[in-house]
Amino acid sequence: MTRIELKVDGATVSDDVEPRMLLVQYLREKLGKTGTVIGCDTSNCGACTVHLDGRSVKSCNVLAVQADGAEVTTIEGLATDGELHPVQAAFHECHALQCGFCTPGMIMQSVDLLKDNPNPSEAEIRVGIEGNLCRCTGYHNIVKAVQTAAGQKTEA
Amino acid sequence: MTATQDAPTTEPRLEIGRDRRRKEDQRLITGRTKWTDNIQINGMLHLAMVRSPFAHAKITNIDVSEAKASRNVVDVLTGADLAETQGVLINAWPITPDQVTPTHLPVPADRVSFAGEIVAVVVARSQAEARDAAELVDVDYEELPAALDLKEAAADTVLAHPDLGTNKSALWKFDSAEAGTGGDVEEAISKAREGGVVIEREFRQQRLIPAFMEPRSTVVDPTGEQLTMWSATQIPHILRFALAATTGMPESKIRVIAPDVGGGFGGKLQTTPEEWITVAVARRTGKPVKFTETRSESLMSAHHGRDQWQKLTLAAEKDGTVTGLKVELLADLGSYVSLVGGGVPVLGAFMFNAIYKFPAYHFACQTVLTNKTWTDAYRGAGRPEATFGIERIMDELALELGVDPLEVREKNWIKAEEFPFTTVAGLEYDSGNYEAATAKAKEMFGYDELRAEQKQRRESGDKVQLGIGVSTFTEMCGLAPSRVLGSLDYGAGGWEHASVRMLATGKVEIVTGASAHGQGHETAFSQIVADRLGVPFEDVEVLHGDTQVAAKGLDTYGSRSLVVGGEALVKATDKVVEKAKPVAAHLLEANVEDIEFKAGSFGVRGTDAAVSIQDVAGAVFVAHNLPDGMEPSLDSDATYDPINFNYPHGTHLCAMEVDTETGQVKMRKYTCVDDIGNVINPLIVEGQVHGGLVQGIAQALWEEAVYDDSGTLVSASFVDYLVPTAADTINYDVGHNTTPSLTNTLGTKGVGEAGTIASTPAVVNSVLDAIRQFGVKDIQMPCTPERVWKAIQDGTAGATEDTVGAAAAHFDPATDGEGQSQRHDGNSSEGAGQ
Amino acid sequence: MIPTQFAYVAPTSVEEALAALAEHGDEAKILAGGQSLLPVLRMRLNAPEVVIDIGKIDSLREIRDEGDTISIGAMATYAQILGDAGIRDSLSLLHKAITEVADPQIRHRGTLGGALVHADPAGDCGAPTLALEADLVIQGPGGERTVAATEFFEDLFTTAVGEDEILTAIRFRKHDGWGSHYEKFVRVAHQWPIVSVAASVKVEGGTISEARLGLVNMGSTALRATATEQALVGQPATEDGVRAACDLAAEGTNPPSDLNGDAAYRSHLATVLTRRAVLKAAGSS
Repeated sequence: MTRIELKVDGATVSDDVEPRMLLVQYLREKLGKTGTVIGCDTSNCGACTVHLDGRSVKSCNVLAVQADGAEVTTIEGLATDGELHPVQAAFHECHALQCGFCTPGMIMQSVDLLKDNPNPSEAEIRVGIEGNLCRCTGYHNIVKAVQTAAGQKTEA
Repeated sequence: MTATQDAPTTEPRLEIGRDRRRKEDQRLITGRTKWTDNIQINGMLHLAMVRSPFAHAKITNIDVSEAKASRNVVDVLTGADLAETQGVLINAWPITPDQVTPTHLPVPADRVSFAGEIVAVVVARSQAEARDAAELVDVDYEELPAALDLKEAAADTVLAHPDLGTNKSALWKFDSAEAGTGGDVEEAISKAREGGVVIEREFRQQRLIPAFMEPRSTVVDPTGEQLTMWSATQIPHILRFALAATTGMPESKIRVIAPDVGGGFGGKLQTTPEEWITVAVARRTGKPVKFTETRSESLMSAHHGRDQWQKLTLAAEKDGTVTGLKVELLADLGSYVSLVGGGVPVLGAFMFNAIYKFPAYHFACQTVLTNKTWTDAYRGAGRPEATFGIERIMDELALELGVDPLEVREKNWIKAEEFPFTTVAGLEYDSGNYEAATAKAKEMFGYDELRAEQKQRRESGDKVQLGIGVSTFTEMCGLAPSRVLGSLDYGAGGWEHASVRMLATGKVEIVTGASAHGQGHETAFSQIVADRLGVPFEDVEVLHGDTQVAAKGLDTYGSRSLVVGGEALVKATDKVVEKAKPVAAHLLEANVEDIEFKAGSFGVRGTDAAVSIQDVAGAVFVAHNLPDGMEPSLDSDATYDPINFNYPHGTHLCAMEVDTETGQVKMRKYTCVDDIGNVINPLIVEGQVHGGLVQGIAQALWEEAVYDDSGTLVSASFVDYLVPTAADTINYDVGHNTTPSLTNTLGTKGVGEAGTIASTPAVVNSVLDAIRQFGVKDIQMPCTPERVWKAIQDGTAGATEDTVGAAAAHFDPATDGEGQSQRHDGNSSEGAGQ
Repeated sequence: MIPTQFAYVAPTSVEEALAALAEHGDEAKILAGGQSLLPVLRMRLNAPEVVIDIGKIDSLREIRDEGDTISIGAMATYAQILGDAGIRDSLSLLHKAITEVADPQIRHRGTLGGALVHADPAGDCGAPTLALEADLVIQGPGGERTVAATEFFEDLFTTAVGEDEILTAIRFRKHDGWGSHYEKFVRVAHQWPIVSVAASVKVEGGTISEARLGLVNMGSTALRATATEQALVGQPATEDGVRAACDLAAEGTNPPSDLNGDAAYRSHLATVLTRRAVLKAAGSS
């Protein structure tokens, strides 16, 4: 067991964990941050995307012990004072989700994308979320949601 | 409680047809979702499965001693240990009386029949410890020859289940001459051979994997009076029935809950070994038990879809008028006949004739057992396969005749004025307008301009060629009519149930037997109820997916929830209104005959007197002042069983660029105009179409479950099973033409599967259309760059070769151990590595 | 989804890391960015007893402009490299190839050094490292040694880094004045390249004077397309001018056959992609 201490969605937490525990397992099982989900075992799907020290990472591809001392933001910490983050609001507005399983990761990655590039082209959005798989939406409305969150006008 | 209110000055805005944002979203975008894997119960035990690496083998010995001694392991169970306590997995649709059906035990004791089958179960206090111990279970196998190739299996060269004596499970036939729905197809073909046109083609429907995003998970809690199962399933009601039927537990002692479910696409229309095992272990230990699969396990052992060889013979006159269609299918069941199993290709039997007026039709499907993962429903289930076959061969007819593919279709399709139309397969199409949908699609697409560009590129010998693909599809959906299902020997009905509860506060709770997993029922059903009862959209709460709440239902698949479940809801709300009328009359001191219900208000004809439905609900709740003898409840139930399917249709057009130097394809434009009848929520409909399109396009271009020569699934992770990303797809032009369905009062048609059914042939036709000038006749799906390039080189041969059964090394489990990769060297990570 | 049990050490200096390696030998595995190692551990394709996390050794993350060369610390992340203006300007080929590595999340964690030592022949980084003729700095118990890129990749997942050694930096000579292009061929965006070509080309007066070409996934290691490199010299930077030379791109390679394409198709792809990469690098397309 290794002692770790980190900040998750604004709260400081500390636990003894097995070194083999993945960050996503730590979030889900120890902290009950079940908004972050596991969709694959090869780090292709991106469903587990969270922000680690401000950058998007796949939390299945980080050991909990590697996050010692870090700051983690999950989908559950994105809204502030009950106000949805603009990307969350845009996903709702544009019907960018159906079953919703990929949605937390997709939103976290979109937030990261817009941080780097506040006014991305459609092509830049599509490449920017290439590490996140969605099986329901065909991506059409997800792209639209990111454009909307960026304040761009979209058609249909 | 009597109220008099002013007559409304403006008509309230109708909810039906409005692009309401979804109610479901709030929890999904903030991470407050309840997935099965989120559930934790004190003392909960975890399972890890030990799975066979062999496609077909005898289990000669299982040594569990080391695993049992492993830290925090509670038990290790084999098929022999579980024996009768594990129940059995059922086939609900024996398609013929003499169907050959192997017994499907969750954990077989003596023989495995596909790679991935469970041979032992580790029960431990944590998931990690269960997995650790699973590695210590030592299984001895005696490998048996495996039946892998579908055509070879159909010839019984190697038997998937030696004790059955054959791989041929069932032969299902439909013949229009015998059924009295049309002429004799052999006669039509002979006649066409004399002086007409005969097109004979064989198409491959590759094996696909539904690949829902949420891996399956099951939690069973045996404490309390009812055993409670949470499962990532599309079918909580069918699951409860099957559990009761096969484990000896009374149905009333089982509660099944499908909480938030992360996609299904048919892939969670199943009763699974893992569910049965979890129940068996929970009963055995008396403890709550959880099993959540990994993605690799999911791809390997959750059911697959499609996998057919299709032999089609089309007869036509010289002018292109079709005279007959003969369809001979081989369908790969995999190692067992699963829940719907052989019924999936049979659903296609009614759709090969599609929108065309074939006077003669014959369909025969041979289902075949092999030593691969079992197949079952995947989005469209039988209809995508049929639509692919017919829309591919209609293109071949157009090519033979030298006419535009839309022209030959129009010549043969049912004209708008001919509805209702009884097809050669015996179905009555109620409504549609193929001319209008096609005209609109051509215009949106810029058909003529793209054809001109295609000609120009062809003439200039451009390295990038342009192809235009067409698919004018229809489908039967709203899987329901119980009598029809009965006539096909399906083991259940197809009705759906709904309840409406008027709460004391004026809010409305509705309970549906449909079980959503991403479709947006909570929103669409609220819209229907808001209109029917005249209550605010926000005041409607939709409950579903828990057999103790939604006691009756037949769940969600086959594009049935709205057209069957929605109609049940309409009928239940109508009953509420009828029950409320005498109360309103009593409160308003009027005759019940004079009560009119409109926009949530009961009024007295010719007066201003009115009472709202909420006030009536309140009055019924307190029951202080009701008509004599009246039951103090407005709550109503309805069960609806339609007499017919409904038949959405549409015209899909795809423009594809093909890089002739590499074979790479790039979609340029995709336009579809669908007729799905009246639309409840256009936003949700559009989402269903987009998602459906991409799954159909993915079959055409990317996805394939590939096995190697020893029967190991090579595409066993998302590294090799190529689900497309945002970067691989485009925006789609989606239009509608509406002819309301006549088979339900809402006038709706199903939409969940339409995009998937229609798009695959449009895409393949577009790829072929781009490179026909090189003599290319066919390209097997998926149309990989390699196949396209080889087709350009030599016409066709390489384009129909099977995919190489090897994955690249990277970190793919399929490449571990057995050396499936064709790389010349080993593939383990050496040295310290970074 | 759960690795086997391992002990975890997180040294803060290269010396400590080497000591840990010396102590645990082949039972240890070094964890760099972890973007390839963690999936391998999760699927239990490898089960080390000790994981040595070198992520806390700050010195390994440095990117240093050394005049004619740029030294990239083995633990510099892709994101860090992409954000470095010097690399973008003077090692544009490396920059372009790294923009194509996996996806943004992976690029936030993954490291150039980790990828090179992992030595997946389908990885995006080996080919530009070869084409740019980098030197790899390796530290071991006996001190530091430098290995040329051409000597570094030994076989599938095997490099010149010994079991008791650590790759600490990759030193690239600046390629100012060279044109570059990374041509990647995939079926879907999130897969490893089926084939890629990394091209660095010097053009003088419309004629190619020098060319360096790296091939991805054309053998058990990243490879140089030496026959093409030589044949390109003196050719006009036009489609017809480079065609014959690029047709030699697959010479001496031994590409794999898998579900994305057989060896013959890969060989064909190599020639087409090399031509495209060379022309784009030369600014001629």
